[in-house]
Amino acid sequence: MAKLPVQFSLNGTDRATFVEPAGTLLDMLRRGLGDFAPKYGCGQGTCGVCTVLVDGEPHLSCLTLAVACEGRRIETVSGMADGPDLHPLQQAFMDHFAAQCGFCTPGMLTAARALLAKNPNPTREEVIDGISGNICRCTGYEPIIAAILAAAGSPGARRA
Amino acid sequence: MLDVRHCATLAEAAGLLAGDRHALLIGGGTLVMRDVNEGRLTDGTLVRVSDPAFRQVNAGGARIELGAGVTMAMVLASRELGFLHAPARSIGGPAVRNMATIGGNLFAACPYGDFTVALLALEAQVVVQSGYGSGRAMPLEDFLAARDRGGIGLVTAVQFARPQNPADLRFRKVSRVKPKGIAVLSIAAHLPLAGGRVAQPRIAYGAMAPTPIRARAVERVLEGKPLDAAAIQAARQAALEGCRPATDAIASEWYRREILPVHLARLLAGEAP
Ligand SMILES: Cc1cc2nc3c(=O)[nH]c(=O)nc-3n(C[C@H](O)[C@H](O)[C@H](O)COP(=O)(O)OP(=O)(O)OC[C@H]3O[C@@H](n4cnc5c(N)ncnc54)[C@H](O)[C@@H]3O)c2cc1C
Ligand code: FES
Ligand code: FES
Repeated sequence: MAKLPVQFSLNGTDRATFVEPAGTLLDMLRRGLGDFAPKYGCGQGTCGVCTVLVDGEPHLSCLTLAVACEGRRIETVSGMADGPDLHPLQQAFMDHFAAQCGFCTPGMLTAARALLAKNPNPTREEVIDGISGNICRCTGYEPIIAAILAAAGSPGARRA
Repeated sequence: MLDVRHCATLAEAAGLLAGDRHALLIGGGTLVMRDVNEGRLTDGTLVRVSDPAFRQVNAGGARIELGAGVTMAMVLASRELGFLHAPARSIGGPAVRNMATIGGNLFAACPYGDFTVALLALEAQVVVQSGYGSGRAMPLEDFLAARDRGGIGLVTAVQFARPQNPADLRFRKVSRVKPKGIAVLSIAAHLPLAGGRVAQPRIAYGAMAPTPIRARAVERVLEGKPLDAAAIQAARQAALEGCRPATDAIASEWYRREILPVHLARLLAGEAP
C-alpha cells in the first residue's frame, strides 16, 4: 500500500515524511525521523514511555496514528533542553536521582512537563495523578515525585 | 494491509462503515491501536472523522448532547459537565484521557466502560447513523444489548437530561491500583430527591455483567423512600439481582459479588470512597 505524506512540527522545526497508512506516531518518530527519545515499551498504552506532547497535551504515541498528526505540533524530550542548558525538570531529575535504568524517564519528563505547563504549583496528589499513566519499575516513584515538586518551584519550570 | 480513510463529514463516515464490513471507526484509538500493535488487526480500513460535530459539547441547557468524539479530557474541561467529572477522571492517566472518546467507551469490553456506566444511570440515548440517512436515537440499554452482535454503524452522539442537582449523580469506581487502575467494578447512581424521598432512581453497574447493566431491583426498593438506613439495607439486599460478573485478571466473580453490596451501601450513604 502506498505510503502517505505527513507534515507537522517536531520540537519547533517543520518536518515532512512518508508513513504507512496505519503507522503509529511512535514509529514515525523513531524509525522515520530518528528521534529516539520516546520509547516502545508495551504498545498497549499501559507503560507511558512513548508519551509525547501533541499540541501541548500528552498523548501516547504508540496508540496515535501518524497520519492524524498532520499540521500538529509534536514535542519530545529531544527538544526539552535549550542548547547545553537542561530544562529545570531534567536538572531536577538528575539532582533527585529520579532515573535509575532511565527507561521510563522520557515518558515521566513529558508527563511532568505537561502537568507543570497547566499547573505550575501542583500538590503531591496532583503530581501523582499527572504521572499516573507512566510506570517506573526502578525508583519506587518517590524520587520522581520529589523531582517534579522541586522543579515546580524553580524559575523557568513552565518553559515549553 | 490496513488502510486509513479520512472523512470530513459524519455522513461520509457512516456511509463507509455501512458499505464495508471490514471498515472500523477509530475514535481515540486507545483500544483499536492496541489491536494493530498486537497484530490482531491487520486488514480492513480504519475510518477517521474530522467533522466538528463529532467533537461538539452542547452542555448549556437542560438537554445535553455530546459528540461521540468528545474525549474524557474535554468532559473534564467543561464546568457544565461537573457531574460527569468523576467518571471521566477515573479513566486511565492524563494521556489516555486526552485520547479516549465517549464513543469508544460505549464499545469498550468489560471491565472497561466506566463512563458508559454513568451514562446508563443518566438514561442516555445513543445517536446511531447507519448508512447515509440521518441519525436515530436509541436508549443506551438497547444499544448495549445489541452492541456485541456488531453492525451498529456510526455512533455520532449521546444525549441525556441534565440532573436537576449535580450532586444527584454519584459515581464510584473500585480498583486495586490508585489513582489509575482497571475497575474491579464501578457504580453510578442517579438519585433525584423530591420532598426528601428518592424519585425515579437509576442505578448502573460496570464489570458486574458482560456489558454495563441497570440494577432494577435496587431502583425498585429505593423508589419513594428517604435515603435512610432501612432503605440502604434493602438496597444492599437487592444489590446482586441480575449480576453475572466474570472472573478475570482483576478480580474473581466471588470477590465482585462480595464487595458490590458493600460499595453500593457506602455510595448510597454518601460515604467517601
Ligand atoms: C492504559 C489504558 C487505561 C485504560 N483505562 C480505562 C479505564 O479505566 N476505564 C475505561 O472505561 N476504559 C479504559 N481504557 C480503555 C479505553 O481507553 C476507553 O474505554 C476509551 O473510552 C475508548 O475510547 P477510544 O476513543 O480510544 O476507542 P477506540 O479505540 O477508538 O475504539 C474502540 C472501539 O469502539 C469503536 N468506536 C469508537 N467510536 C465509535 C463511534 N463513534 N461509532 C462507532 N464505533 C465506534 C471502534 O470501532 C472500536 O471497535 C484504558 C485504555 C488504556 C490504554
Ligand atoms: S509503549 Fe506506548 S504506552 Fe507503552
Ligand atoms: S528508572 Fe527504570 S523504569 Fe523508571
